[in-house]
Amino acid sequence: MISIRGVRKRFGDHQALDGVDLEVPTGTVQGLLGPNGAGKTTTVRVLTTLLVPDAGEAVVAGHSAITAGHEVRRNLGVSGQYAAVDEKLTGFENLTMVGELYGMRRREAKARARELLRDFRLDDVADGKLAGTYSGGMRRRLDLAGAIVARPPVVILDEPTTGLDPRGRRDTWDAIESLASGGTTVLLTTQYLEEADQLADSIAVIDAGRIIAEGTATELKAQAGGGRIDIVLAPHADLDAARTAARFVGGVDLDERSRRLSGPAPAGSETLQAMLQELGRAGVPVAEAALRQPTLDEVFLRLTGTPATTDDDEVLDDPRVAVAAERVAP
Amino acid sequence: MSIVGALRDGGIVARRNITGVRRTPGALVTGVAQPIIFVLILAFVFGGALGGDEYRQFLIGGILAQTLTFNSSFTAVYLAKDLQTGLIDRFRSLPMSRVGVILGRTTSDLLTSIISIVVIVGCGLAIGWRIEADFGQVVVTFLLLLLFAFATSWIGAFIALTARSVEVAQSLGLLWLFPVCFISGAFVSADMLPGPLRTIAEWNPVTAVATAVRQGFGNEPPSGFAAAGGWPADNALLYASACCVAIIAIFAPIAVTQYRRISKR
Repeated sequence: MISIRGVRKRFGDHQALDGVDLEVPTGTVQGLLGPNGAGKTTTVRVLTTLLVPDAGEAVVAGHSAITAGHEVRRNLGVSGQYAAVDEKLTGFENLTMVGELYGMRRREAKARARELLRDFRLDDVADGKLAGTYSGGMRRRLDLAGAIVARPPVVILDEPTTGLDPRGRRDTWDAIESLASGGTTVLLTTQYLEEADQLADSIAVIDAGRIIAEGTATELKAQAGGGRIDIVLAPHADLDAARTAARFVGGVDLDERSRRLSGPAPAGSETLQAMLQELGRAGVPVAEAALRQPTLDEVFLRLTGTPATTDDDEVLDDPRVAVAAERVAP
Repeated sequence: MSIVGALRDGGIVARRNITGVRRTPGALVTGVAQPIIFVLILAFVFGGALGGDEYRQFLIGGILAQTLTFNSSFTAVYLAKDLQTGLIDRFRSLPMSRVGVILGRTTSDLLTSIISIVVIVGCGLAIGWRIEADFGQVVVTFLLLLLFAFATSWIGAFIALTARSVEVAQSLGLLWLFPVCFISGAFVSADMLPGPLRTIAEWNPVTAVATAVRQGFGNEPPSGFAAAGGWPADNALLYASACCVAIIAIFAPIAVTQYRRISKR
């Protein structure tokens, strides 16, 4: 449904895309994972016909994004990193306008707008309030709704959750999941391995304009070394006993002030279980235990030998949310 | 892309723009206050030296031409804002007409110009300016003003799409207005300007519109003014209309080219 072959794009002396190849089968969700400046947005701009590459071919829904832009745009929904909603219009008016610009009749566009506002849980605010007063998460959902007004077979989402708070991210994920379950082909860019893991069937890792790895989240995480364990001991736990127990599991450090045990988990949940068993045997009470995903940095370190490079100083909230956090009774 | 498609999309975008303007009427203050200020300053500060009562009859045509030229900066700023917020990227990813977005803007900005025209006419009537022409002539004159407003709006669109940031669009969009509006016969007779400036002023579209409007409203120049001469003054309505058409014919295609080019950064 999406096919990118040998796409190159240079801006001045910066090779933004250096031969990108990517195939996205119909009805799947493809994650495109990489740090800022890796070429994610440039790839999206090529696919959405906003940018003509120097070389290579990009095909969306059977049409070339380079020579048949209008046909591609007809089959494509786009939601950007910076939610492109009209602040002076209500949510309803925004979606109606987009529907009309897709060629729908006004009545049809209005009906579709109502339907989408309900689906995206924006209907209680959409009528009276201008989009300019929406929260970040609501704007993003509105932008996302705009992308699927015309029920396009292909949807491209450029960093749909960047800058959102956890609740906004959760809501956006739900929306993307329901989109994918409806059979839409989705390409989604993200800086967060966890997000790609949650949403995508397959993940391509992009760095310096090239796809450097492809596979499922599990495959990529295995390459990155299986993540880390992170255990917080209960107050008054015997730290010496904990330190002794930790010796049975390699590479685990104890930070006495925060009573935190952390270290690599080469065998994933098995490492975590082994550590908890050792602590249990030693009678050390545990307050929290988690197996953290390897972060994008860790994946990059493994794949490229260098830390993920970031182009700007944008401070994003840490997405390294525990996948298996559990409270263990002391 | 079909013309019907462009008009349809232009209409949708224009409706969206008008809704936006309606919800931030504060943005119109400049469009309303500026012509009032110009009328009062020129009529009462400079007007005394230029012919007093008679000058006020002469002045309104010039203010109309100058204000509508200035209004092109609204187009520049609004369009640059849409570029900056990413809304244009949204439009560009839709299967819509390329010219539709700009056409919608230049069309909806006519509303601002209509408000300016009403304000100037009201202000003029209040200070003693009178229309002394038959109804048909007056209608033609107002139509010429709308055509001129539409034409200058395309210049503003071109500036916005070239500048790409609100700040640059704002300063560029204002800069060219001063020489164009003041090296003209908008406020004095073109024949009163020295040497080459006179020739420039004679052929300046702003002069042509101001002259055509005065003729259309039956306003005579003050007795102290040298009569405007030359072909453009003798055929003011024809020349002014031709200028408007020429401005659109030049700036619409290059604005659309700039719009396409944004993608090729």
